[in-house]
Amino acid sequence: MKLQEYRSKEILARHGVPLLAGETATTPAEARAAAERIGGAVVVKAQVLVGGRGKAGGVKLAATPAEAEARAGDILGMDIKGITVQTVLVAPAADIAKEFYLGLILDRAARAITVIASAEGGVEIEETAKTNPGAILRLPLHPLLGLQEFETRRIGFFLGIPADLRRDFATVMRGLYAAFVESDADLAEINPLVVTDDGRLLALDAKITLDDSALPRHPDLEAMRDLNEEEPSEIAAREAGISFIKLDGSIGCMVNGAGLAMTTMDLVKLAGGEPANFLDIGGGAKADRVAAAFRIILDDPNVKAILVNIFGGITRGDEVAHGIVEARSQLHREVPMVVRIVGTNSDEAKPILARANLITADSLDDAAAKAVEAAR
Amino acid sequence: MSIFVNADTRLLVQGITGREGEFHSAAMLEYGTNIVAGVTPGKGGQTALDGRVPVYDTVADAVGQTGANASCIFVPAAFAPDAMLEASAARVPLVICITEGVPVLDMLRVHHVLKANGTRLIGPNCPGLTSVGEAKVGISPGDIHRRGPVGLVSRSGTLTYEVVQAMTDAGLGQTTCVGIGGDPIVGTSFIDVLAAFNADPETEAIVMIGEIGGEEEEKAAAFCAREVRKPMAAFIAGRTAPPGRRMGHAGAIISSGGGGTAESKRSALEAAGIHVADSPSHIPRLLHDAGVG
Repeated sequence: MKLQEYRSKEILARHGVPLLAGETATTPAEARAAAERIGGAVVVKAQVLVGGRGKAGGVKLAATPAEAEARAGDILGMDIKGITVQTVLVAPAADIAKEFYLGLILDRAARAITVIASAEGGVEIEETAKTNPGAILRLPLHPLLGLQEFETRRIGFFLGIPADLRRDFATVMRGLYAAFVESDADLAEINPLVVTDDGRLLALDAKITLDDSALPRHPDLEAMRDLNEEEPSEIAAREAGISFIKLDGSIGCMVNGAGLAMTTMDLVKLAGGEPANFLDIGGGAKADRVAAAFRIILDDPNVKAILVNIFGGITRGDEVAHGIVEARSQLHREVPMVVRIVGTNSDEAKPILARANLITADSLDDAAAKAVEAAR
Repeated sequence: MSIFVNADTRLLVQGITGREGEFHSAAMLEYGTNIVAGVTPGKGGQTALDGRVPVYDTVADAVGQTGANASCIFVPAAFAPDAMLEASAARVPLVICITEGVPVLDMLRVHHVLKANGTRLIGPNCPGLTSVGEAKVGISPGDIHRRGPVGLVSRSGTLTYEVVQAMTDAGLGQTTCVGIGGDPIVGTSFIDVLAAFNADPETEAIVMIGEIGGEEEEKAAAFCAREVRKPMAAFIAGRTAPPGRRMGHAGAIISSGGGGTAESKRSALEAAGIHVADSPSHIPRLLHDAGVG
């Protein structure tokens, strides 16, 4: 789960990272009031989870509260890569003397938490990795010992942190590491970390992504989820215990198992169609969850046909077939449905599906072709 | 021959009295797996599965009393890291963790400790493994398999069953089928399994089922080019997956920087001389073309 900048900063501040927190606003008047309380020049920043908001015009300087109100008026309601800006962060402006990039990632290859640091702050690290890979330090940390002082010193020397700020840098590094570990993050980055004209070290922007698997033990962080930026269908799916991602095609997919769900999408594409979604219904495929999955798929008006692909395995195919037929009878919209059930009791499933006038298929390739045909 | 588990495997099941643990233990017994013990803290002295399996309070007790040499874990995600550490501390050499949703920072620590202890971990978030006709450990349906010369390794569950079924239907049997799990940090990698198949005299050909996310398939491709001379076929799921989204499996995510795509994995495999199927159903034909079966 991605956190908004102001949420990420809240977490970092809690762990002692120096930053200019600011206030959030959802109306221009609130932005003005925030700027008045802050005093002096401010930055008005769109709070969206997509990258490139600066280039899109979502970050503006304002010298006065009146200007802050006007800039917030420009930014609120703006569309940035399909997301409508609903919140801005109004934060004190800083005069920047030097910018750095400092991040921690869950490094799958190294099986470690790895520090990524670069003296080229303010640009995306992927960009630096392409243009100037030598400017990046990658330092995997010991999985049991965690961040050590010598490592913090090494990172500081690599970045060229001024001598009088090394102690402050150690505070930033320790705070970032503690924030990462204690919130079960898989990414935590400060970009840019700046030295100001008056010699302060500050985190000007921050991004934290949390490990979804660890959210059950962090109800406070789960509460930071920004529902405004999620597809309503994806919210409904999560509540029903279904793994769902909306796509742009016309063929709805309902599958058990993530790998098989991706494969089903790929075969729809191979057969000349476009998948409308990724959907893993999980184990068991019980009737109520099947019904919820159908509702979520059919809420998308682009869906012209549904492909159901269940590898029975442990689950009995005839039970799944009954669940599908029952769930279908409660649906508000009719589209052609291609159902493929394999595995245990799949022969018993066939007459049940046939009686309900569902299109059946034996192989996955055949099912994909029939679904593409039915959506035409 | 087969890899990791066989007819001599003496399995214990952690969480044997839970709903999942009991159900799948019954299926394993039915397959012929030698389940010698179960562990549920507080239920030591009882039996499970109609009196067929003694239950112990701790893994150490179970190992001491029964000589168990492998453990299959079915406990909920919040308790799975502890269960893996307990099995490893009791010197169980092989631990298979089926549980999905284990926090990844817990896995970093567990992985490190188990490696230091010399414990082989398979999973978590995996279907387990089956050495056909000898032992089934985990949740795969037993009846899709058929004994034969092909070793199979996969990051997925039901997609693996799909491929195994297609092979069995085409008359191509398997030695061992291993699901290594869909999480970002898993105990046993593609390369570990490929090396084991490469060294197994009965395994004549290898099938590898990958998916988007991470770089394990690319590394495996490089390993195969260097070390493996047995015929291979592969499939990679997720060509249509959008970047930056977690596709069900915690590990199945194309990075926003563009790493971990199906295309990158496919070209790495093809560069290593491995044929990559467009559909799971094409795998038997690719194997036949390579002279298998």
